[in-house]
Amino acid sequence: MTRNAKDTPKFPHSHLLGIEGLSAPEITLLLDRAESYVEQNRQADKRKTLLRGRTIINLFFEASTRTITSFELAGKRLGSDVINMAVSASSMQKGETIVDTAMTLNAMHPDVIAVRHQDSGAVKLLSEKVNCAVINAGDGKHEHPTQALLDALTIRRRKGKLAGLQVAICGDIAHSRVARSNIHLLNAMGATVRLIAPKTLIPPDIAKMGADVFYDMNQGLQNCDIVMMLRLQTERMHSNFFPSIREYFHFFGLTYDKLANAKPDALVMHPGPMNRGVEIDSEVADDIGRSAIREQVEMGVAVRMACLEVLTGNMPEPN
Amino acid sequence: MALKPGISSNKVAYINARLLDPASGTDTAGALLSEGEIIADIGPKLFNSGVPDGIQVIDCAGLCLCPGLVDMRVQLREPGYEHQGTIASDGESAVTGGITSMVCLPNTAPVIDDMSVVEFVARRARLVGLTKVYPYGAVTKGLAGQELAELGLLAQSGALAFTDGIKAVADAQVMRRALSYAATFGLLIIQHPEEPSLSAGGDMNPGELSTRLGLSGIPREAEIIMVERDIRLTEMTGGRLHFAHLSTADAIAKVRDAKSRGLNITCDTAPPYFSLNELSIGEYRTFAKLSPPLRSEDDRQAVVAGLCDGTIDAIASDHTPQDEESKRLPFAQAGFGGVGLETLLAVSLEIYHNGKLPLLDVLKHLTSAPADLLNLPAGRLEKGRRADLMIFDPERAWKVNADDLISKSKNTPFDGRPLQGIVMRTVIDGRTVFEYEA
Repeated sequence: MTRNAKDTPKFPHSHLLGIEGLSAPEITLLLDRAESYVEQNRQADKRKTLLRGRTIINLFFEASTRTITSFELAGKRLGSDVINMAVSASSMQKGETIVDTAMTLNAMHPDVIAVRHQDSGAVKLLSEKVNCAVINAGDGKHEHPTQALLDALTIRRRKGKLAGLQVAICGDIAHSRVARSNIHLLNAMGATVRLIAPKTLIPPDIAKMGADVFYDMNQGLQNCDIVMMLRLQTERMHSNFFPSIREYFHFFGLTYDKLANAKPDALVMHPGPMNRGVEIDSEVADDIGRSAIREQVEMGVAVRMACLEVLTGNMPEPN
Repeated sequence: MALKPGISSNKVAYINARLLDPASGTDTAGALLSEGEIIADIGPKLFNSGVPDGIQVIDCAGLCLCPGLVDMRVQLREPGYEHQGTIASDGESAVTGGITSMVCLPNTAPVIDDMSVVEFVARRARLVGLTKVYPYGAVTKGLAGQELAELGLLAQSGALAFTDGIKAVADAQVMRRALSYAATFGLLIIQHPEEPSLSAGGDMNPGELSTRLGLSGIPREAEIIMVERDIRLTEMTGGRLHFAHLSTADAIAKVRDAKSRGLNITCDTAPPYFSLNELSIGEYRTFAKLSPPLRSEDDRQAVVAGLCDGTIDAIASDHTPQDEESKRLPFAQAGFGGVGLETLLAVSLEIYHNGKLPLLDVLKHLTSAPADLLNLPAGRLEKGRRADLMIFDPERAWKVNADDLISKSKNTPFDGRPLQGIVMRTVIDGRTVFEYEA
């Protein structure tokens, strides 16, 4: 099966470094392509040959289970060769910089590199040193575009639209690349964004990115369609942002009580991995009627397949 | 340069010059005569009836002749980090920028907290024979912020003033003792005003851009709080204190107030802080990662205002060489600082070209003002002084290209910027050490 020129979607970017800068039609294109893979992924035969001959490298400088697995499956289901490289902090300490790593990998002629790195901007830096397409699989506190896309796909499937929805993003906004990518995407698609967190976890001037800020969860959740919880990223915290887990959960953990402020059919989401009993009550997280958390994981594979498809769609055909 | 035949004397006549001497307020057409290392004569009428035989003549063609620049804040990487810059390579860079005297920070390896290192730097600079180098001594041993270095002995061996360089003296008691002890000998303490517990882990000015980029903030208050504290400690001890590279409106306001109360407090700033703002970081440009960080546009304008009303005494380059390996990194990992010797004059002249300050006043910030702060016999066009001179064309346009810099390290925050004003000739002790070649 070869790619048919007329159904090749046109994506005008050579990399996917962030949601910022993507237009609503470009986001819709990615979501539509992802939608087409959802059904395929539920079949017994999940393989396509669209990317046969292509090489994809998943370069992860930061620990990850679900994202790297998701990228790997996405690549394999499209028929490409996939290599996972987990670069631990210790091997970076041997002195090789991200630019060295980029140039080494580039010499092996990959077609796409999906990169996760602990520093904001690191994926952009790498993209400047390679000839292939680069997908940002999460850089520091900056962006995590495929997460925002899979969140959007999940919402669109459940709610039938994005425009006009009230979306609350709750928790560790300051250290969250997921929050930033979602703010960009939801604004581009016409949804309204609220951010709810203690003041220490709200970064300066974030309202200017297009969001209303709340410090009270009951208030912030009023009439929301979507409740996105974020993981507390204690590994990125250099000092005390709140007094204790107990206090945090009391004021900002998602419970049925607090959720009652949202619309009755409000959807609960979480990018994972969850800290149960910290930012979200286990019962809420596991409530099949309310929680879309497992569906988010499923959409992740489809979204990454769409990203691989559109980025390689601009490349010359193999052979 | 026209060398008359048969010249045997060591006299040089600089004719057809626009003489600019900020200290005396001179701005006049005229000439200058150097004899050996000294300015022998100067004035509007000098050589009106021609230059006598036996004198070498340099025709300035109407360009500006002023004292060589005095740069009071330069990081040299020798001894210890010669791959980033040496006294010779930064000396070449400095003379290209018209700088005839520069004062270096003690953050070398070894640290300049011992007389032997002061003497080493002085000896190396003499051997190189380019821009004169004067060292600052460390306030505390090893720049560790705890025990006082031998301030008195270091001063006797040639340390001009005392600073812990790119680190603040953070402990209030240590700062109090340093100011108080230094006052015993009338010595000046120079502070990098930044409260480290507030700046730790920060990359840039906090605000919409840092939030968008996912970078951590270094709040303005880190600078303001340290300036407020140290003004009080200066008042308490009767010491002399100078704040380096101020970047925020509030800190400048505090200094303005302290000066009006008669305290012995001075300050400087560096070209990035009156010429650029945080937007220069764009998408993670590490060459614009500076310490203190580039601030908001309001702060930039406050720095310009501080220069105009004299609250800010001097402009220093804040020259900070970083090799490519230190800058070609994710923003959070990249080193702080930019090179600045070769752009010091032209960026400073922006204030003149923008009509904010007369040419003489801009030059004062770069010559007599820093020289006076440090009691250096430099920065003046005066009979009997050392002939440390600069000839420049204030109008000539050029564009900064990092790769074209003489400096060994290329990390300029001004890469690609069009500037106006170029150094045509630099003279140290009567000897031409740099001449512009198109």
